[in-house]
Amino acid sequence: MAQIETKNVDFYYGAVQALRNINLPIEHNTVTAFIGPSGCGKSTLLRLFNRMNDLIDGCRLDGSVEINGQNIYGKGVNVEELRKQVGMVFQKPNPFPKSIFENVAYGLRVNGVKSKSEIEDRVEASLIRSALWTEVKDKLNRSALQLSGGQQQRLCIARALAVEPSILLMDEPASALDPISTSKIEELIFELKKNFTIVIVTHSMQQAGRVSDKTAFFYMGEMVEYDSTTNIFTNPKQERTLNYVTGRFG
Amino acid sequence: MVKKVLNFLQVGVLATSSYVTSIVVLLIIIFLFNEGAGVFTKSLLEEGFVIAVNKSNKLNAISPKDIKNIFDQKITNWKQIGGDDNAITLFSIDELPNFYTEEEIGSDFEYMDTCINNYIANHPNVLAYFPERNVAKNFQGKMIKVGTLGVFEFVKGKEWLPTARPVAQLGILPLLLGTLMVSLGAILLALPFGLVTAIYMAEIAHPVARKVLRPIIELLAGIPSVVYGFFGLIIVVPIVQKVFSLDVGETALAGSIVLAIMALPTIISIAEDAIRNVPNNMREASLALGATQWQTIRSVVIPYSKSGIMTGAILGIGRAIGETMAVLMVTGNASNMPTTFLQPVRTIPATIAAELGETANGGLHYSALFALGCILFLATMALNLYVQLALKKRNR
Repeated sequence: MAQIETKNVDFYYGAVQALRNINLPIEHNTVTAFIGPSGCGKSTLLRLFNRMNDLIDGCRLDGSVEINGQNIYGKGVNVEELRKQVGMVFQKPNPFPKSIFENVAYGLRVNGVKSKSEIEDRVEASLIRSALWTEVKDKLNRSALQLSGGQQQRLCIARALAVEPSILLMDEPASALDPISTSKIEELIFELKKNFTIVIVTHSMQQAGRVSDKTAFFYMGEMVEYDSTTNIFTNPKQERTLNYVTGRFG
Repeated sequence: MVKKVLNFLQVGVLATSSYVTSIVVLLIIIFLFNEGAGVFTKSLLEEGFVIAVNKSNKLNAISPKDIKNIFDQKITNWKQIGGDDNAITLFSIDELPNFYTEEEIGSDFEYMDTCINNYIANHPNVLAYFPERNVAKNFQGKMIKVGTLGVFEFVKGKEWLPTARPVAQLGILPLLLGTLMVSLGAILLALPFGLVTAIYMAEIAHPVARKVLRPIIELLAGIPSVVYGFFGLIIVVPIVQKVFSLDVGETALAGSIVLAIMALPTIISIAEDAIRNVPNNMREASLALGATQWQTIRSVVIPYSKSGIMTGAILGIGRAIGETMAVLMVTGNASNMPTTFLQPVRTIPATIAAELGETANGGLHYSALFALGCILFLATMALNLYVQLALKKRNR
């Protein structure tokens, strides 16, 4: 069974329809890339998976989004519990203006973890997982804002990992970073795939090609094609996909 | 050519007006401090009066405080203030008929000067207080110098009796404390309400609710302060009186309540702006980790906008410290040392407003009020400077 499955999803911002009839199953422990030109709805779809779009006034969803078989837009769903299951990393690194340690510990604290030693252990484990530990282990009490952009983004990944989600959503996680930081993030994604289901929105075709197992191409709110990454880039069935991945438009 | 001249004129007008404005502001400040400084150079003795002793007396000068104590009979012996061990004989001009007959004084008081002269000459332990014009030509006593007010006494003095005789008591501690108490009370009342309202409007309220609330709160800032004073006098004062079953409701607390209402719009709008300026990605980061909205507000939004909230609070205090009319109307204006919030107090601005009309231009009392103005100016300037520094730090 797919871990995430959207069924007949239509999504509206007020009168504007942002997504049209999306049916998309995402498997356990895979990396799925969403590609497409700006405004195609890929970020909107990603933010449906942890109900981040709830924050926007006047939006409306038809159809259902199921995670582990449960409709997350159904009645009685605890949004906070859902977001613990579905972590998110944003386009621009957004660490809190707190210390490095407190940034990672934040998710644990808001979820009621009180034990100091447990928090310390999980902060360390998360930083190790996000490949940041060796760089910051001696300055955990320094402000996170002193880190470089790439380090900040890995800190944000560590912060998301600390609450132990099963799914990790990444909204163009490397678009604000330099090539070296980008390659570190990509290595990290490759590593994390073993334990997490990752959905990544990206503008970079190369990145999608490098990190993902499956790729979905979106255009004007529709999912044009969804297939293994190899097929999408080498043997797309749709002409629009071909045009996009070969750089003829977009 | 014409264009050049025209351009030159335009620049000239703009430059002149801005320089003139700055110079006027500076002149006002110089005027304020110049007038205020007079309080430390003018004699504290009532104008037109002198204090004299017998020639045999060792003392040449007596401090204003000692003179007051002598007239209050707290000092009764010359040795208490460094003279010989003799009881002080007080003499003032009103007592002249007790010692001399009408004939001796003269039907037109023409021999009054001589009588005073004789009295001082014949009483070795006298301390005489009488008008300067009654000093005889061949005066045989000794004039006593009354010292001027020290800065320390001015700030630390506990009595504000600017029209007291023979020496004015100019201690501003009760006024300072009154101002601080009323302002502090106001901020303690206004900050929680203001913060809660700002959080509600910025984070929770539906945009429609916010569109209704915000103009109403801004309307509060536009109400003239005398109207607040009126409201305070009619509504707040009786309530305070009833709730605490006091003899008078005009208290520091009533002033604080009225000022708190007046400071609310400043605090709310500045705090709300600060909260709205928190980048949305901070909220998203927190919510995406499974934090509730309340946790996000408490642990991310408020810490992030802390300096903006502080700015609002301090500007609110600044307004409270300088506010005159409303406070004058509800605090009772007794210039005694305040000990609780349920006592009448008198603030610095209220003192200036209430007393300036009765002072002689250029006199001691007049200078004292200007000195109070200087203190007020320094206090509000310090607060504004702090706010600007804090803002600069935040923008960096």
